[in-house]
Amino acid sequence: MAAKAGLGTVLAKRDGQIIERWLELQAAGGRSISATERQEVTRQSRAFLEALVAAARKGSTDNTSGPEWARAREILTDLSASRAKSGYSASETASFVFSLKQPVFAAVMEEFGKDPEELSDAVWQATELLDALGLLTTEMYQRTREEVISRQQQELLELSTPVVRLWENVLALPLIGTLDSARTQIVMQNLLDAIVETRSDFAIIDITGVPVVDTLVAQHLLKTVAAARLMGADCLISGIRPQIAQTIIHLGVDLANVTTKATLADAFAVALRRSGQAVVRLEKRQAGEAK
Amino acid sequence: MERIPILKMGEFLLVTIQVDMHDRLALTLQDDLTSQIVKNKAKGVLIDISTLEMVDSFIGRMLGSIAGMARLLDAETVVVGMQPSVAITLVELGLSMQGIRTALDVEKGMAALTAAVTRAREAADDGIEL
Repeated sequence: MAAKAGLGTVLAKRDGQIIERWLELQAAGGRSISATERQEVTRQSRAFLEALVAAARKGSTDNTSGPEWARAREILTDLSASRAKSGYSASETASFVFSLKQPVFAAVMEEFGKDPEELSDAVWQATELLDALGLLTTEMYQRTREEVISRQQQELLELSTPVVRLWENVLALPLIGTLDSARTQIVMQNLLDAIVETRSDFAIIDITGVPVVDTLVAQHLLKTVAAARLMGADCLISGIRPQIAQTIIHLGVDLANVTTKATLADAFAVALRRSGQAVVRLEKRQAGEAK
Repeated sequence: MERIPILKMGEFLLVTIQVDMHDRLALTLQDDLTSQIVKNKAKGVLIDISTLEMVDSFIGRMLGSIAGMARLLDAETVVVGMQPSVAITLVELGLSMQGIRTALDVEKGMAALTAAVTRAREAADDGIEL
């Protein structure tokens, strides 16, 4: 028990020495950083050491999930998150805590140098403590990275389903990439919203960029077409490649009620014709007007 | 008792559903609408559901059966302004309402009705001439 109080006391007594050595180590070991970043690191280091000392004096050093460690954990969480976002590697982030080992060991050595038992006890405690905190840093770093990844996935989902306006009353939705249920849901929602917003009578779903069409994807397409029809818009499917046509027939999917065309241009022509419009060559039109 | 108003516009009837449809209300509408079609000799019915945010299978089926009844009474039905979420729900419920005309808004729905009625009339005229 005496040793447990020992580590906290040592940390408190020699914190000035520890922080100095620690900052030196961080500056030497890490990557080259700007003056503002260095200031930030100094500030973070001081705050963390303060929290560490306070917690070590108050409670046990072998359970870092206790309430007295909340402040230290919070600082580490913030630090890991900000480092993960600004592109530090995992080891660079973890080394924030691990580089504290040497100065702490040095301080412990100076304090208990004459008493091997106390010394080994304190060193062991310090190791366990810093390892736990280091692991926490890595975990937090990873969590932040995962958040970034899932957010990017979400953004990709939204980005990858743009609804474009081809003509007055004609919308197109070029689909690129594999369609799964989640994505199709977003595609469907986006398209239907766009139909309402632009009051378009025709929507063309172009699946040139969809590598595989299975029964599920075909089902989703049919549902989208049916939903658009219920809202009062005509939905055409274009960009069906030969392989996909073969797959659709082999799978026995019934696309008979849907207008399908090989290319977007063909589908566009159909949409124009159905809405009573036409695109003609200028000379022809002038000739027609002259008559 | 709560009722959904049915407005007469020329030879068309206009129904705007602005409250949450419950089953009783739907049945009353069905009764009122069929008797109004007969009374006014209406040629077309326009049902605006743009403010309807929720449907269940009953309401979906009811829309379909109203269209069927109107056709028996020689009136075209067009459902306009269905919300995307409502459309998705109906499709998921397996109600794709193949027989119903749909349009994006009242304006387009009116145009579709007028066109359909004119077509029907021309066809009838042709029949008489023959």
